[in-house]
Amino acid sequence: MIEVRNLTKRYGECVAVRDLTFKVEAGRIWGLLGPNAAGKTTTMRILTGYLPATSGQASVAGFDVFEKPDDVKRSIGYLPENVPLYQDMTVSSYLSFVAEIKQVPKAKRKAAVGRVVESAGLQDVRGRLIKNISRGFKQRVGIAQAMIHDPKVLVLDEPTIGLDPAQIRDIRELIRGLRGEHTILLSTHILPEVTQVCDGVVIVNQGRLMASGSLESLAASVGKTDGVLVRLRRSGSDETALFRGLPGVEKVGVEGGELRIEWGRGHDLRDDIARLALDKGLGLREMRPVAGIEDLYMKIVSGGLEQ
Amino acid sequence: MKNIWAIAKKELGLYFRSPVGYVVFCIFLLIWGFFFVSAVRWFADYSLQAAQNPYYAQQMNVNQMVLAPTFQNITIFFLLLLPALTMRLFAEEKKLGTDELLFTSPLSVAQIVAGKYLASLIMLAVMLALSAVSVVFTFIYGNPELAPILSGYLGLFLVGAAFMAVGLFFSALTESQVVAVIVPMGLNLLFYILSWAAASASGVRKGLLDYLSFLQHFDGPVRGVLESKDLVYFLSFCFLWLFLTHSVILSRRWR
Repeated sequence: MIEVRNLTKRYGECVAVRDLTFKVEAGRIWGLLGPNAAGKTTTMRILTGYLPATSGQASVAGFDVFEKPDDVKRSIGYLPENVPLYQDMTVSSYLSFVAEIKQVPKAKRKAAVGRVVESAGLQDVRGRLIKNISRGFKQRVGIAQAMIHDPKVLVLDEPTIGLDPAQIRDIRELIRGLRGEHTILLSTHILPEVTQVCDGVVIVNQGRLMASGSLESLAASVGKTDGVLVRLRRSGSDETALFRGLPGVEKVGVEGGELRIEWGRGHDLRDDIARLALDKGLGLREMRPVAGIEDLYMKIVSGGLEQ
Repeated sequence: MKNIWAIAKKELGLYFRSPVGYVVFCIFLLIWGFFFVSAVRWFADYSLQAAQNPYYAQQMNVNQMVLAPTFQNITIFFLLLLPALTMRLFAEEKKLGTDELLFTSPLSVAQIVAGKYLASLIMLAVMLALSAVSVVFTFIYGNPELAPILSGYLGLFLVGAAFMAVGLFFSALTESQVVAVIVPMGLNLLFYILSWAAASASGVRKGLLDYLSFLQHFDGPVRGVLESKDLVYFLSFCFLWLFLTHSVILSRRWR
């Protein structure tokens, strides 16, 4: 549904996006993950036709972004990083203006506004001026305007930035609810957003593609092991050896006062580890899974990995 | 056309959702009223003298002595006032990031420019229509001719449209609304008084300066003399600046 091939964008001397290639299939939610200034916004601006690329190809919904910009614009809904709101308009008059310029036929405009107001949860603020509603609602209005012409593809640039935890949860839920009907590309610099919402991810850094694929395939490529981080109440010197003796365990290490226990993929040793810890009176305080992608991402961001 | 109208409608709405529209109308009518009443008072004083001299009495003319000076004076005020209508049009979109919405919609840049310009022209037309109340009084208490009045209003509209085309261009060029007001004020003033420089020039230069000056093209319509060369001048002037606006927006996105 979205296809990017060898995309490059230069601003004068500065190269914002360098030879980027990735693909998003229809009906999936894909994350564009990277630290700030990785080229996420530039990539999205090129996909939506706001900026031209220096070289390379991109197509959305089967239309080439550079040759058929109007067809692309009709089949794409875009939430820019700065939500494009007219502060002096009411929520519903703003949405019907967007419906008009996105060329929703006049007869269907009212229904379209009603539909997005409902799906973005804006019923209570539809008559209020945009400048008077909270940040979370503004973000929802932004998502609502992106959906107004029922596009096949949604491009959301940092949809949860600057929101409080409850609002972040709401927005993520809203986006998850759109899976299947829409193909979604969302950008973020927060990894959990990807693991909670997305089916797959494109990781970029300094304009370069570092990794891409579905979450499962990426996790599998990172290592052949699964693992947990375990925090114990008491820590003696012999725990490492103790857990290493557990059948199936391949590796045990100490990481910042926690034990990192890994085993071959396909098993689940968590119950065994917990039982052993309690039986030996070590006191289990915390156990959480080692996220393979998190490791990968941290390595990429800290510059320790080249593609 | 539908797309142009969608943009124009939004701009007209925004003029009146903020105080800008009301303030511009009020101040315009205040200044118009001042110029009009001053002209009427002078006319009244002059009539007293004319009553004693039949030669003067023959020359009394409401069109030439009340309305034409009012039209001429108000163009000076247009220099200051009209940039206020155009400054927002592109500068604010850029500042707020809403240009990203416009330029990722299936609208052409030409349609967006045309829609915004249309909105400012409608504001100008409504403003001029409101001022016509005072013209009605001249019909009640005197007997002016209609045709020169219409041609005077057309002249005013054309001058205003020219000022605003320059204003639109500078709004597209900058994010700062202050810049988008001040530069067109100065530039329009320069176009207005270019014929002063013509006074001391000669030959081709004199002709060119004279031709480029607003003053030379505005005088005719105000006096009821409608010539195609003046129409062509104003229309091509507006078209040039709109074309430059269109180009500057396209080039900014391709940089």
